[in-house]
Amino acid sequence: MSTLTDHHYSIFAISDAALTIDFGNEIHSSLNQKVIALNHCIYSHPFAGFIETVPAYSSLTVFYDVYLVKQSISTEYTAFEIVKTYLEKALSGIQTSAKAESRLVKIPVCYGGSFGPDLDWLCNFTGLNAASIIELHTSVTYQVYMTGFLPGFPYMGIVNENIAAPRKNEPSLKVAAGSVGIAGKQTGIYPLDSPGGWQILGRTPLRLFDPERNEPVLIKAGDQVRFYSIDEHAFNNWEG
Amino acid sequence: MSIRIIKPGLLSTIQDLGRLGFRNTGINVNGVMDVFAAKSANLLICNEENEAVIEMHAPGSTLKFEEDALIALAGADFAVTINDIQIDTWRPIWVKKESILRCNGAMVGKRLYLAVHGGFDIKQWLHSSSTNLKAGCGGWQGRALQKEDVLPFRKSCRFYFQTESSVHVFPWKVSESELPFYSKHPTIRFIPGHEWEELAPTSKSLFLNKGFTVKKESDRMGYRLLGPPLERQKSRELLSSAVSFGTVQLLSDGQLIVLMADHQTTGGYPRVAHVISVDLPLLAQLKPGDELRFLPIDLKTAEEALLSQVKFFRQLKLACQLKLEPILLC
Repeated sequence: MSTLTDHHYSIFAISDAALTIDFGNEIHSSLNQKVIALNHCIYSHPFAGFIETVPAYSSLTVFYDVYLVKQSISTEYTAFEIVKTYLEKALSGIQTSAKAESRLVKIPVCYGGSFGPDLDWLCNFTGLNAASIIELHTSVTYQVYMTGFLPGFPYMGIVNENIAAPRKNEPSLKVAAGSVGIAGKQTGIYPLDSPGGWQILGRTPLRLFDPERNEPVLIKAGDQVRFYSIDEHAFNNWEG
Repeated sequence: MSIRIIKPGLLSTIQDLGRLGFRNTGINVNGVMDVFAAKSANLLICNEENEAVIEMHAPGSTLKFEEDALIALAGADFAVTINDIQIDTWRPIWVKKESILRCNGAMVGKRLYLAVHGGFDIKQWLHSSSTNLKAGCGGWQGRALQKEDVLPFRKSCRFYFQTESSVHVFPWKVSESELPFYSKHPTIRFIPGHEWEELAPTSKSLFLNKGFTVKKESDRMGYRLLGPPLERQKSRELLSSAVSFGTVQLLSDGQLIVLMADHQTTGGYPRVAHVISVDLPLLAQLKPGDELRFLPIDLKTAEEALLSQVKFFRQLKLACQLKLEPILLC
């Protein structure tokens, strides 16, 4: 059983009230699993002055209240050093095999046409027909590495290399909410209308972000996602 | 029991100290740009420091009080008048019903905060009253204040206090020596970012010694700075990770952007520097054309400055309670 300390990491400040632990500048599921496991560990045993975390591909950022951290321990150490020590201790205690059960979210997508304005481009780029691209995009269960950029925007991977594609040179001024896109080996979903540079293959009728819901954001880091294809009729009549 | 917006001003929004706990889902923190001013305005009138306030940008709003109110103004000097009487910032002010508050300009500074005793009666979204303009959520209907909006107070107040005048400015204020030194040419202290060491030596020297001008493409999300282009010794792509209020990023054209209150939760540009918390208010008050310089300090010093500010706010809170409690009847 391997522990999470088998790999190198660095810890550095990203403000005078936040630090990041970075496991390597690489998109890799094992690194991200470490991030997610450490994240769970912090939320189950938070330290005094803990505010919140942001998991990312290969890093976890911890925000804290400097005053409360300092007040919790009588020491000359800085709040940064106190939180760093806490993190290192937490890290040594967790094991990859102990990762939390992840949730599978199924996402219906209407591919192509006006919902997927870049599907034709991707056909040209890859030499594959639309059906093959859809088949490849829906045949993988993706890991959600992180949520960022917009409220509820999930960064997922790893996309089959035959349909991996670069970002647009000029971002589109408006990508519609629900648009499902590819950038490199990542796939993602735009929760809001937004400018964006990802290649858009289709659109989901699901609301990734709904401020009225108890949980406004549908997909979170650590979840798993599987896409499935629906037709335009199903999209237009989608309920819920 | 309310304030009516007569003229909306450039951009007035409801903000508190931000929406914490949801950054991991990509939901922005938002909140006031000038934390020092917002906290001071609240504490001056015996509110909790996190109470929602109106953040105004120059030119500010014209407001009408539809009820007697105890208020405080803090931040930039907008040459405010109430019923044509000049009003000082950083003080508690008692305002009679039907009074009109006007902003008549701003010489130095960009943002002014108005707090009302008891706060505004606003439905919170995710435990915060801050406005998220991009998502159209939180604050006042998820948007900037508009003409004829009527913001209700949470409670009505009576005071053990008599005056003939329509406005009374109390004779105490936040000590001048404690106020941030708002300037068009501030020195902003920073701790080095993770990619600081990747800067070419000449670029480090330029960063430390040259002035950087705030460009007009600057807003609550971030300030774009105009300065000598900076270079990294070698360029490598960075994966996205969390960023924070005050993170200074190096863009691919060699120019800098400082992330402000409405920043995205994550970013992938090299992090050259992080502005220390206590100097963020100096940044928050800059206008396009203003020029700042950067001064490096270590993390321990940054933390100490933050801790001494926490101490200051505790003292301010106690002092204001002692002064105001005898005359507050609510």
